[in-house]
Amino acid sequence: MKHIVIIGNGISGVTAARHIRKNSKNQITLVSGEAPYFFSRTALMYVYMGHMEFKQTQPYENWFWAKNKINLKQGFVNRIDTDNNCIFFEDNTSISYDQLVIASGSKTNKFGWPGQDSKGVIGLYHKQDLEQLEQFAPNNQVCKHAIIVGGGLIGIELAEMLRSRNIPVTFLVREKSFWNDVLPDRESEMINKHIKEHHVDLRLSTQLREIKANTSGQVTSVIIEETGEEIFCDVVGLTAGVSPNIDFVKDSNIVTGRGIKVNRFLETNISNIYAIGDCAEQQEPMGERKAIEAVWYTGRMMGETLAQTICNHRTAYHPGHWFNSAKFFDIEYQTYGWVWAKPKENEARFYWGHKNGKMCIHLNYDKNTHEFIGINNFGIRMRHAFFDKVLTKKKSVSYVLAHLSDANFDPEFYKKYASEIVSKFNQENNTSIELKKKSWKRIFSEA
Amino acid sequence: MKRIQNIGLVIFLIGLSLFTGTIFTGSFHLSPSALDAFIMEKGYQNEIIKTELTKAFVKDDPLTIFEFSDRVRHAYEVANNHYDLLIAQYDDEKNWDKKGEQYQYKIYGKPHTLSFDLAKIAGKGYVKAHAGLMWMLTFGLGILGSLLFILPNLILLGKAGIKNDGIYLKASTNRGWIAWLVLIYLVSFYLLLYFMPDYVVNWTFIVDPISLFLNGGPASQWFVYGFLYCTIMVVMALRMYIKYRGNKYQVMRTTSVLFFQIVFAFLIPEIMTSLNMPGYDFKNAFPLDYDFFFDWNLDDLRNSGSIGLFILIWGIVLTLVIVPVMVYFFGKRWYCSWVCGCGGLAETLGDPYRQHSDKSLHAWKLERWLIHAILVFSLVMTLVTLYCYFTGSPSFLGIHSQWIKDSYSFLIGAWFAGVIGTGFYPIFGNRVWCRFGCPLAAYMGIVQRFKSRFRITTNGGQCISCGNCSTYCEQGIDVRAYAQKGENIVRSSCVGCGICSAVCPRGVLKLENGPEKGRINPTDILLGNNIDLIQLVNKREK
Repeated sequence: MKHIVIIGNGISGVTAARHIRKNSKNQITLVSGEAPYFFSRTALMYVYMGHMEFKQTQPYENWFWAKNKINLKQGFVNRIDTDNNCIFFEDNTSISYDQLVIASGSKTNKFGWPGQDSKGVIGLYHKQDLEQLEQFAPNNQVCKHAIIVGGGLIGIELAEMLRSRNIPVTFLVREKSFWNDVLPDRESEMINKHIKEHHVDLRLSTQLREIKANTSGQVTSVIIEETGEEIFCDVVGLTAGVSPNIDFVKDSNIVTGRGIKVNRFLETNISNIYAIGDCAEQQEPMGERKAIEAVWYTGRMMGETLAQTICNHRTAYHPGHWFNSAKFFDIEYQTYGWVWAKPKENEARFYWGHKNGKMCIHLNYDKNTHEFIGINNFGIRMRHAFFDKVLTKKKSVSYVLAHLSDANFDPEFYKKYASEIVSKFNQENNTSIELKKKSWKRIFSEA
Repeated sequence: MKRIQNIGLVIFLIGLSLFTGTIFTGSFHLSPSALDAFIMEKGYQNEIIKTELTKAFVKDDPLTIFEFSDRVRHAYEVANNHYDLLIAQYDDEKNWDKKGEQYQYKIYGKPHTLSFDLAKIAGKGYVKAHAGLMWMLTFGLGILGSLLFILPNLILLGKAGIKNDGIYLKASTNRGWIAWLVLIYLVSFYLLLYFMPDYVVNWTFIVDPISLFLNGGPASQWFVYGFLYCTIMVVMALRMYIKYRGNKYQVMRTTSVLFFQIVFAFLIPEIMTSLNMPGYDFKNAFPLDYDFFFDWNLDDLRNSGSIGLFILIWGIVLTLVIVPVMVYFFGKRWYCSWVCGCGGLAETLGDPYRQHSDKSLHAWKLERWLIHAILVFSLVMTLVTLYCYFTGSPSFLGIHSQWIKDSYSFLIGAWFAGVIGTGFYPIFGNRVWCRFGCPLAAYMGIVQRFKSRFRITTNGGQCISCGNCSTYCEQGIDVRAYAQKGENIVRSSCVGCGICSAVCPRGVLKLENGPEKGRINPTDILLGNNIDLIQLVNKREK
C-alpha cells in the first residue's frame, strides 16, 4: 500500500483521488488550503448572483470523503523536499508521501500594473476571491462602479455577476473585439453587442495603465493607457487570464517552465511526482492543443488518466477531440473540433446566423477534401457524441449538414433551424445536400 | 416599474387582509323553522339535538361564527353524550338489544362539518349580502395586485434567459422571515379548510353566486378551494410565462397544466354536478384519487346510470392501461408536470421554492421508503374497502374498513397532501407531496425506472459540475451527480419538469424519449478522453 498525496482538491486532484480509490487500496491524502471540501470553481459566479448557496457548489456531501477513505488535509503547502519525499506546510508541519500529485491549479494573472495589489482589486478564481467580492461589492451603494480588465471568459462572467446586483461596469478589453483571439469575427461581434445589451460599458482596444488608490490603500480609479482617461471605481476585477499556481514548487528539484513540466504520462522529472490540471505544462505538443490547458474537463481527463498510471497501469494522456463550452450572459456557446479565429490555408468556412443576433453556427472544413474540422454553435445546443463520432470517422461537412437533426440537442419543442441552415449552405456552395430526419439508430450506433 | 410592483404588492396585501378578515364578520342566527327543516333533511333520530340546538340559538343576540360553532359543537357533544351514557349503562346491564338500539340516535360526522352546514344556512351579514363587491375586494384586489407585481417583470427581467438572480439573497425565497410567514399562512389555511371549515364559511358566501351559476348550488369549502386553486394557478402561470419565456417546453407545459386544472379538475365536475351527474375529475387517477373505490363513491357511480358506469370503467382503464402506457412512451412527466393538479400548483405557485428540495442521500433513502409505503398503504386500504364492499363484512385481514379509510384520509389525504404538501412549500420546496407521498407517483416511478423510453440525456463530457441542475431540481435529484459522470438520468422520481435542462449553462441536459437500449449508460471515463482509455475502463467495469 502506497501513500498518495495530492496537492489541490479541485477537479483534477479530486478526479485522480476518486479513480485511484476505485482501482486500489492505496492511502490517499487530498491537500487544500483554499477550502476543506471540493467545490466547483465554475459555480462561484452563481453564488454571488444568488442562484446558489456555496454548499451547493460542492458536488459531494461531506461524508463522502471519509466513506471513500480519502483523507482531507487543510493547509497551504510551501515547500516540497523531493529527496526525502516530504511536503511542508506553512505552519511547518509536514507529510511524507510515496507518490505525489501536484494539482494546484491556477492563479490570476497580474502584469505588474501600478496599484495592482490595492484593496478592492480582485481576481475571480479562488473561493477567497468570492469572499473579497462580497466584501467590496455587496451592492451598488458600496460599489458605485466597477472596472473589469481583460476580455476573456472570466471577465464576462464577472461582468454578469456585477450586473446582477445592478453595479455599473466598465469592461476594458485589449483586443479589438471580445475574445477575438479565440472567436472568429462574427461570433465575437455578436457577443460585443450582447455585452452592451446588458448595459455594460464595453471598451474595446483599451488597456489599463495604472490603478490608483487612496491613502488607506483602497482603489479609487483606473487610468486608461491609450487616452489617459481616469475612471473612478470601487472595485477592479483583474481577469486577464490565469497562469499555473506553482510558486511553492519553484525551489524544489521539479523542473518548471510556465507550469510544471510533464511528459505524456503526466510524470515530472522526479520519478514519483506527477502534475495534472491547470498547473501542468506538456513538454511535447499534443496536436493543436496548447501546452497548458486551463479547462475544467481537461483537468478531469488528466485525473482519470493519471489514476490508471498510479494504479500500475501506465497510461499516456492522450485527449480525444477538442470541445468546450461557455455562456456569455444569455448566449450559450459550444464548440467541437477546431474553429480558429482566422481560417487556415486549407480551411473553408460556412456561417449561418439568426436575425435575432443571438444564434449562429460556424462550420470549419477542409477546402479540398471537405472533411469536417469543427463547429461553433451559439444559442443552439449540439450533441457531443455526434461530433465526437464525426471527427473520429473523418466525415465530410455535407455529412454533418445532412445529419444536423441527429446533432441537435435543444430542448423539446424548440424551433429547429437545420433546414434553413442546410439550404443556406446549398445556396452558397451550389450543393444539393438533403437534411435527413433524426434517427435514434444512427445516434446510438457505435463510433 | 419597481414602483408599480410595490403598489401591486400593497394592493395584494390589502386583498389578502380583507379575504382573511371576512372570517371575523357576519352574524349567525337560525330560526326554529329553519332548524326544523335542517333536522328533517338530515333525518336525525336524535331527540336531544333539536332541544340543544334550539337552546343554543334561543337568544336573539347575533353570534359570531366562533360562538356559533362553539354552541353547535356543544349541542353535538351533549346530544351524543346522552346516548353514549345510555350505551354504557345498557352495556353494564348486559342489555344488548337496548344497547344496539341507541346507535341509530347518534349523530355521525365531524362536529365542525355540522357547524358548517348550519352556518351556511344561518349566516347573514355584509359579506353574504354583497358577495359581488366582496369578490372584487378580495379575489379582485388579490388578482389585480398580483398582476401589477408580476407583469412589470416582462420589462424588469430584461431579455429572455435564466432569471434566478437573487433567489438566495431574498427573505421570500431563501427561507427568510417572509417564507416563514407564508408557511404559517398556508398551514393555517389548510388546517381551517380541512378541519374547521365552519370558521371560513364567509369565504363560501363570496363565491356563492359563482357556484350557483356553475353547478346550481351554494358553494362548499371545497368549491372555494377549487376556485382559489384555479385563480392562483392562472396568476402564477403568468409569472411562469414571463420567467421562462425563452423556453418553449416550459411555456407549453405550463399551458397544459393550467388547461387540465381549469377544465378537467374544475369546470367539468361542476357542470356535471349541475346536470345531476357525479362530479368527476377525469384526469385524477387512482391511487392519487384514493377514494375512487370507497363505498360511497361506488354507490354513487352505480346509481348514476350509464355515466356512472362509464366513469367506473374509465377510472380503472386510466390507472391500469393509460397511465403505464403513457409513462412507457413519455415518462411520468406526461402526468406529473403536464396534467396533474397537485403538480400544476407546484409548478406555478411553488416555482419560487423549487430550490428547497433536499438533495442529500439521506433524503433519497427516506423518499424511497416513504412513497412506497404509502403506495402499499393505499392499496391495502383499497383491498380492504373493496372486500368489505362486496361481502358486507366490516373488516378484512383484521383491518377495520372504516378505520383504515379514516386514517388514510386524515394522515395522507389531509395532512400529507395538503397541510405539509403545500403548506411547507416555502421551506421544504414545492414537491414534498409528489416526491415523498403520492402513491400514483410511486406507481408511475416504478414504470419509469424499469420500463420507459424517457431519460434525461447527458451531453458527453460537457458538464462542469456547477450544480445549477441539482439546485433547481424540485424532486431533490442530485442531477449533477449523474451529469458529471456522463451518465443519463433515469430516476423514478423525475417528473420531467425540464428545469435542469433550462438552467444548465453548458447545454448538458436534454429530456428525451428514445429507444430503451442505451438509455442507462454507466460510464467511468467520460466522452472526450482517449478513446482507448474509455473503452478499457468501461470494459473493466462491466
